[in-house]
Amino acid sequence: MAEFTLPPNSKIKKGRHFAAEKGSANLRQFVVYRYDPSSGENPRMDTYEIDMDSCGPMVLDALIKIKNEIDPTLTFRRSCREGICGSCAMNVDGRNTLACTVPADSIRGDVKIYPLPHMGIVKDLVPDLTNFYAQYASIKPWLQTRTPAPPDHERLQSKEDQEKIDDPAACILCACCSTSCPSYWWNSDRYLGPAALLAAYRWLVDSRDEATGERLDDLEDPFRLYRCHTIMNCTNTCPKNLNPAKAIAETKKMLAERRH
Amino acid sequence: MSTEERPLSPHLTIYRWPITMTLSILHRMTGVALSVGLIAFVIWLEAIAYDAVPYDAVRGFMDSVAGQILLLGWCFSFFFHLSNGVRHLIWDTGRMFDKRQAETSSWFVIVASVALTAGYWLTVQGV
Repeated sequence: MAEFTLPPNSKIKKGRHFAAEKGSANLRQFVVYRYDPSSGENPRMDTYEIDMDSCGPMVLDALIKIKNEIDPTLTFRRSCREGICGSCAMNVDGRNTLACTVPADSIRGDVKIYPLPHMGIVKDLVPDLTNFYAQYASIKPWLQTRTPAPPDHERLQSKEDQEKIDDPAACILCACCSTSCPSYWWNSDRYLGPAALLAAYRWLVDSRDEATGERLDDLEDPFRLYRCHTIMNCTNTCPKNLNPAKAIAETKKMLAERRH
Repeated sequence: MSTEERPLSPHLTIYRWPITMTLSILHRMTGVALSVGLIAFVIWLEAIAYDAVPYDAVRGFMDSVAGQILLLGWCFSFFFHLSNGVRHLIWDTGRMFDKRQAETSSWFVIVASVALTAGYWLTVQGV
């Protein structure tokens, strides 16, 4: 059953305020979700004033500046800073996205930063992705074949067949989509979520894969697949502009079609 | 520390609702409203079958301000659920999944359900 309010240990308290040095111009406030597992205290929102004249343009640049110059205890994941690794996925200004691809300029008012929604929080902006990765593994994201491989070359496919998997294979598993989905919020223990289902679709439409029937069998379940109610948050939020909602609809169609 | 003790990050209250999400929950809510409305409809039918006295009572309630508001709500629920239901049928064929299309069709559903409700109320109800 869906639990709409936060449990007592998750209620957010008012946090600290870090004022900028006197004389700084072009100030911007960043309000950031903080949680320290060793303190035994509830999460809080800390406010950092930042002089944007001495800061890079992206939200991730501001977080790195905070960590380097103001508060080294701030914890977040980041790596490539160019939208390909998916590490810095978080909720910025109410939307799930990659902090490295969002210019602070594009946000009006204070920049509010939360971890990905409805996730167990390890520390600050770091969510526990164990279940998310387990769900990805459960759809068997690898090529499954029955026929022996050709002896002298790889399993080939036409350009058209390759194009069918171009988009779904571009997923970087940042978890923005799954954690934007209300169905996933209420049922992440049983519903696979848009990211895992997009990955499942990527193998369903791969012309070289020979386990389509088994893959569809695994998905034919009121929860694993059919908890998708086309809310469209996944497609709206995907920082790579992919379309998990359409992939799920196509999967439902494949299941409907094979009954006839 | 066990993973059970981890705090849950905020969700509904901090997420900026896209219009498609609002319409999705409205679809659910109007569906529930229609189920309740069906009970009211049955009560009305029973009253007709029973006698003039209970029928007058039901009729009297439906003519009151509260009854009229309820009827208007059910009327809107019906047309919203119908319009959005048609959109779901189109989605089931794999069409209209682009972000832009989903947003445009959301507004289309809102305009259609308001227009149908107003049209019905003004013509058939004769207000």
